[in-house]
Amino acid sequence: MQGTTESVGHIIPAKLYVAIWAILMAMTLTTVLVSFVDIGPFNIVVALVIATIKATLVVLFFMHLRYSPKLTMATVVAAMFFLFLLLGLTMTDYLTRAWLTNPGY
Amino acid sequence: MAISDIGDIQVAERALQHHFADMDQQRDTSSFGMWMFLLTEIMFFGGLFCAYLVYRASYYQAFVEGSQKMNIVLGATNTAVLICSSLTMALGVRAAQMGKPKLMVILLLITIVLGFGFLGIKAVEYHEHWENHEFPGPNFHFETGNPAHPATDPQHTQIYFSLYWAMTGLHALHMVIGIGLVAWLVIAGLMGAYTPHYSNPVENVGLYWHFVDLVWIYLFPMLYLISKKHGG
Repeated sequence: MQGTTESVGHIIPAKLYVAIWAILMAMTLTTVLVSFVDIGPFNIVVALVIATIKATLVVLFFMHLRYSPKLTMATVVAAMFFLFLLLGLTMTDYLTRAWLTNPGY
Repeated sequence: MAISDIGDIQVAERALQHHFADMDQQRDTSSFGMWMFLLTEIMFFGGLFCAYLVYRASYYQAFVEGSQKMNIVLGATNTAVLICSSLTMALGVRAAQMGKPKLMVILLLITIVLGFGFLGIKAVEYHEHWENHEFPGPNFHFETGNPAHPATDPQHTQIYFSLYWAMTGLHALHMVIGIGLVAWLVIAGLMGAYTPHYSNPVENVGLYWHFVDLVWIYLFPMLYLISKKHGG
């Protein structure tokens, strides 16, 4: 049975999982509290930055990406790239339409 | 070699499909397939996120008024419940990889309970919105209660609620499917299907569960936290 002993995935210490969980819970509390403070246009920036850090932690540790083959990492990068194309190119259209009808806007 | 090790390898031999060279290759392939599926799921939800961005950019104030009808306490509680369920799921996968099926079953059962907790809280929220006529359609009714911004059109707030119901509804559907998959793991786990040498199904369902958590991590700030500052 060649290879069977190697097929055990990388096992992450339970302590690390609990630490990631604690960070995620703390960040959830932070994002809720910040939403009650008026910091102008930075409210949405802070909310999305916190969400992205949380998402990164979930993907890297809970979903084991940090310990996964390069092919898996390429898949995640591809997902982010195509999502960027979908959202980014759509918004370059919708956010710039007013420029044509309202010069100087 | 201990007897239990021989048992493990027998389970692994039975689990190895003939078109793979070894368990390693099979495991990598199954994991890659799951990630490709999640990629399509990201694009699936991406369409809704895109619609949200377009309409939010067009009708920002109407979206702010809609988001102020959200119950932020219940939303934050649900976020916490999902994060806890992701922890128990991750620990469950770990237990499976370490060859502790009983521990795995217990952790997965806690995950299921937390999943139902999420859906229960979501149902309370849905009920509130339904009672307040905040469901898009002929019975939709919305007072633009903010005298500082009387110009917002209730029809535009209806777009916010359409997206709210569609996005959280699709997410809730994923939760229901996830609970079903975890239940399947529990039954298979009780029948001794998983060993340290063969736990791909547990790992893949784990990936799915974390992905559903991931979607909520973005839905929560986008739908609930747009702008509490304008409240009152």
